[in-house]
Amino acid sequence: MRSTKTKPVNGKADHGSLPKCLTGIHGLDEITLGGLPRGRPTLVCGGAGCGKTLLGIEFLVRGATLFGEPGVCVSFEETEEELTSNVESLGFNLATLVKQKKLAIDHVQVERNLIEETGDYDLEALFVRIGHAVDAIGAKRVLLDSVEALFAGLEDESVLRSELRRLFRWLKDRNLTTIVTGERGQGTLTRHGLEEYISDCVILLDHQVRETILTRRLRVVKYRGSTHGMNEYPFLIESDGISVLPVTSMDLKYKSSDERVSTGVPALDEMFGGKGYFRGNSILVSGTSGTGKTSLTTHFVDAACGRGEKCVFFSFEEPADQIIRNMRSIGIDLQRWVDKGLLHFHSVRPTTYGLEMHLVKIHKVIQEFAPSLVVVDPVTGLLHAGTAYETRSILLRMIDFLKERQITAILTTLTSGTAIQEQTEVEISSLVDAWLLLRDIESRGERNRGIYILKARGVAHSNQIREFLLTSHGVELREVYLGEAGMLTGSARVTQEAKDESAALIGRQEIERKQLLLQRKRQALDAQIAALQLDLETEVQESEQLIAQEKLKVEKWEQDRGVMVTSRYGNSGTQKENGRPAATAGKGK
Amino acid sequence: MPTRKNPAVPAQRANWELRLYVAGQTAKSIQAFANLKRICEEHLAGEYHIEIVDLLQNPQLAAGDQIIALPTLVRKLPEPVRKIIGDLSNTERVLVGLDLQPRSAPLKP
Repeated sequence: MRSTKTKPVNGKADHGSLPKCLTGIHGLDEITLGGLPRGRPTLVCGGAGCGKTLLGIEFLVRGATLFGEPGVCVSFEETEEELTSNVESLGFNLATLVKQKKLAIDHVQVERNLIEETGDYDLEALFVRIGHAVDAIGAKRVLLDSVEALFAGLEDESVLRSELRRLFRWLKDRNLTTIVTGERGQGTLTRHGLEEYISDCVILLDHQVRETILTRRLRVVKYRGSTHGMNEYPFLIESDGISVLPVTSMDLKYKSSDERVSTGVPALDEMFGGKGYFRGNSILVSGTSGTGKTSLTTHFVDAACGRGEKCVFFSFEEPADQIIRNMRSIGIDLQRWVDKGLLHFHSVRPTTYGLEMHLVKIHKVIQEFAPSLVVVDPVTGLLHAGTAYETRSILLRMIDFLKERQITAILTTLTSGTAIQEQTEVEISSLVDAWLLLRDIESRGERNRGIYILKARGVAHSNQIREFLLTSHGVELREVYLGEAGMLTGSARVTQEAKDESAALIGRQEIERKQLLLQRKRQALDAQIAALQLDLETEVQESEQLIAQEKLKVEKWEQDRGVMVTSRYGNSGTQKENGRPAATAGKGK
Repeated sequence: MPTRKNPAVPAQRANWELRLYVAGQTAKSIQAFANLKRICEEHLAGEYHIEIVDLLQNPQLAAGDQIIALPTLVRKLPEPVRKIIGDLSNTERVLVGLDLQPRSAPLKP
């Protein structure tokens, strides 16, 4: 991260025509929108041990190494050897720079007890010394650290003050970009009022210890003729110099991606409108302990690595090995992604160092690894490193930082059992785009897990609570039982489902039985109908037969009567007697 | 204007080696040299030797004796090294500075 690549503007000018000089100090150039005023002195003040000298030295070193601007260090307090060894730990090799004629160090020692003042004098020798050093290496930058030592060494303050005024004028005339350091005084920026003479740019350094954790801060008090970041910015002295964190972007103007990405859990994608979350979103996963936050987030990681994307896992609770081992139990093999170089674990105890340091580390890892997904598990861990307010501001800056780079952030937060579930302890819920809430559902002597999407900006998401299962092959989401008995989960759901199943079976059997009965009845009736039909037919047949016989009989009788009548015309008595009994007999049949 | 005075050194007293730093011939430097010479003649006649260093010509020499103010008189010998800055117009303080007179009660400005 230590390079010029983060510079936002060129060194010339940003607003107006004030020429600026890039310091090369990480973050400072962003705050000052391009560096210190070129060719003018800048006052850097602060209490003892706040990093004034380091800032000045880094200004010179970066100038010499990054911008080809040699520098002169006029040290009033430390010798060349002391300075060299002091900054060696920051990777600055002053001796080499001196050898390459990119840096000149002049230790100006003023000891009052060795000096007797008699009459009129000036500080021309100091001018001569600085001028000589500047000319010798063609310096463009000068550090005066700390010029206030002169006040201790010389008696005549009025001479000193007028000479200092002349000195700063002289440096300006020679177009030297200068840092003048000064010890902070009581109620004033510097003990001897240097701010009186240096009015172009004043930077105040400060350090505070809160709850045993040291935080360094930097503020640009004034910058004549230029806009600048007004806030107090935390900064760190690290193994490679100073890092100032102007992380809070001054405006919210990052791009938003339309790309939807799978969470790695199909049912969860389903809950996110079937397509997963937006790339670059910040997703908060909250829940009480043991609700499966880490397990769920590893799904996101697994899915992203599966797509060939890089992920960084910041763990504040568990070491990497333990996470890998634990996730193996739910069937997620993270080790293969680590081996492939797609996954990077950064496990550190929250209390190891202050919040700013955490943020810087996070930045550093992200800038080095360039992931597309970042997990912070859990963000509440950071609470141990600072106050809630600070944590919130750090997280805000981190989320901003990630959004700027379109990096998806998965943040887990631990809600304590007593707290309101829909409230995060660090109150970052308004900063995140999506919020997955994992919760315990306790009933019938069981503790089950439920998941729901509390919010998902720009995504049509499910309003349902799903049961969340951790199985040997990962996270599974189940529809929860919603019925007369209310919402059921776990074994209660299983029982209820079985009960429903058997009830349904009984119902089905009943229907079948009734259908069979009906069929049988129908068959019986059909048979009856057939028998009756048969009877009818027989009756009809018999009747027709009788009718035919009768008809035949009648015909015969008529025939016979005809014969008789004809015959009667000879014997009428016989006809009468014969006719009647015959007729009677026919009717009787 | 390097000047050497009185090469002969009496045996009973240490040799006084004085170096006066100036930057060009300013009013102050001329004044200082005149004052120095006068004081030396009065108190150290025949036992001193003054070297004048012009920093405009040899700026690199300023660092060696830790010179910041001009003019500065450095007593190289006898040791310890003492420095007196200013145009040496206050004779009493010059004498104190050179250890030729004990540091007495409140010094007059």
